[in-house]
Amino acid sequence: MSARGGRARLAPYLVGLPGGLWLAIFFVVPLLVMFSLSLQSGNAEAGFRFTWEWSNYTRAWDLYSTQFLRSGVYALIVTALCLALAYPMAYWIAFYGGARKSTYLFLILLPFFVSFVIRTASWKFILNDQGIVLGPLKEAGLLPQDFHLLATTTAVIGGLTYNYLPFMVLPLYVALERVDPSLVEAAHDLFASRAEAFRRVVFPLSLPGVFAGVLITFVPVASDFVNSGILGGTQTTMIGNVIQTVYLNSNNYPLASAMSFLLMAALLVGIFTYARVLGTEQVMEVSQR
Amino acid sequence: MSTVATRQAPPEVAPAPAVPGARRRWTRLILPVYTWLMILYFSLPILVMIVFGFNDTKGRLNLRWQGFTLNWYRDLFAIQGLTTALRNSLIIAVISTIVATVLGTTVGLALGRYRFRGKGAYDLVIFSAISAPELVLGASLLSLFVTVQFVRGFVTIVIAHVAFSLAFVAVTVRARVLGLDPDLEEAAQDLGADPWTTFRKITLPLLAPGIVAGALLAFALSIDDYVVTSFVSGQVETFPLWVFGASRVGIPPQVNVMGTLIFLGGVGIAVGNALLARRQRG
Repeated sequence: MSARGGRARLAPYLVGLPGGLWLAIFFVVPLLVMFSLSLQSGNAEAGFRFTWEWSNYTRAWDLYSTQFLRSGVYALIVTALCLALAYPMAYWIAFYGGARKSTYLFLILLPFFVSFVIRTASWKFILNDQGIVLGPLKEAGLLPQDFHLLATTTAVIGGLTYNYLPFMVLPLYVALERVDPSLVEAAHDLFASRAEAFRRVVFPLSLPGVFAGVLITFVPVASDFVNSGILGGTQTTMIGNVIQTVYLNSNNYPLASAMSFLLMAALLVGIFTYARVLGTEQVMEVSQR
Repeated sequence: MSTVATRQAPPEVAPAPAVPGARRRWTRLILPVYTWLMILYFSLPILVMIVFGFNDTKGRLNLRWQGFTLNWYRDLFAIQGLTTALRNSLIIAVISTIVATVLGTTVGLALGRYRFRGKGAYDLVIFSAISAPELVLGASLLSLFVTVQFVRGFVTIVIAHVAFSLAFVAVTVRARVLGLDPDLEEAAQDLGADPWTTFRKITLPLLAPGIVAGALLAFALSIDDYVVTSFVSGQVETFPLWVFGASRVGIPPQVNVMGTLIFLGGVGIAVGNALLARRQRG
């Protein structure tokens, strides 16, 4: 390569340029613009001016700390639920799936062949007050007439868990699949019980999958607004719903930008702490599958 | 210690293991049964979507089973707003897939093949574009468009979709580039092929599976996107946007039918792809 000299050294820049420009203009620059917008003041009619308006950030927190915290709490609960629900499944498929491993994975990925919004709307349909589940139960007198699931925290957390569960199963499966079964046998030969072999051999080896799964579940859940938009009510509003409303309905771009930035800053700190623990390549490798 | 004892004991002499043995066989069923129950849970909303596309519902409320009908398949395009939204989604998905695949492939090549100054920053941008929450992508693009006063609509949706699918295509192609055998390209050059011919006849066909996978991913991401699109759509409605709006008042059965058809199409492509790959390997 060195023999071809200058042209070869330019090649990566030329090949990578168009895509790089697109990402620079439509990913990096927008982030900078959003940061600048978050420090501006004014209103939609008169226009906005850059005034180092840091108060947008304090106002964002003062007005919507409830929704910020609620999003964090929901994301923690959903991530923990996903981990608990996904681990046994990923474990069984990885160790006992045999020749049908990819079939099981395919079945778990089936929801991705249906639009995210339709999937969530389908849950709204299933959980409807007079729908296919609650309707018959109410007619049979097993539930009070005013019982409802929609617009409750349960519905939103249920929807989020359903929608993000596959994201947890995949990295767990990848990590567990890599565990050499002969290590487990070795543990048994060294008198470890099944529980002990799991606790001291299998689980530690699956930790990269746990970290990756937690990461790629927590981040989108914390910023989700489709589930609370469709399944939730006024008491379950998440920060994503507020940001969307302030941008599109109130047109208060500086305040909305400050909120997006607060959310992103919180999440980025988390992502890079995790990426440091795992190494960027590994996280990307896992999230690709 | 007890494990050693039972293991050394010949099976006939083992002291009445009937109860623990039966229990072990029973506990062995827990995980498979659980996995299948979870798979059922995963498919529940899909089944409901498919079944209620055949529901003979009166009016807009499609809530309880009222009899079998094929009316909604016949009247698939009866709702004009929905049809327009679906058409918009398809056009946007095709255009953004083509652009994202071409650009993403070049990025994947550059990152997979070369070491160059600035590669670390480039990798970081790709990583951030993949892991950034969609909400942030949408909000920041909206910030850009309102600041430069660019009218939101069809063009801004395509721009946004390319921006988020490009990075996914890039990492898919890069993985393929990293797995390439450099000997093959050298052999072509030794046989007198110029760089462009080598690329066209050797590199591109070897990368093709990665490029196709990236393109399918880009298409799926685009046609399904609600979050980013909701920020940059302006007056244009796409299929997910229309369904989200309709979910407040009740979703017409035509949506179930369209969802079913898209589902069957996607599953068909995936299964066909897997069978094809198996035949090539076998």
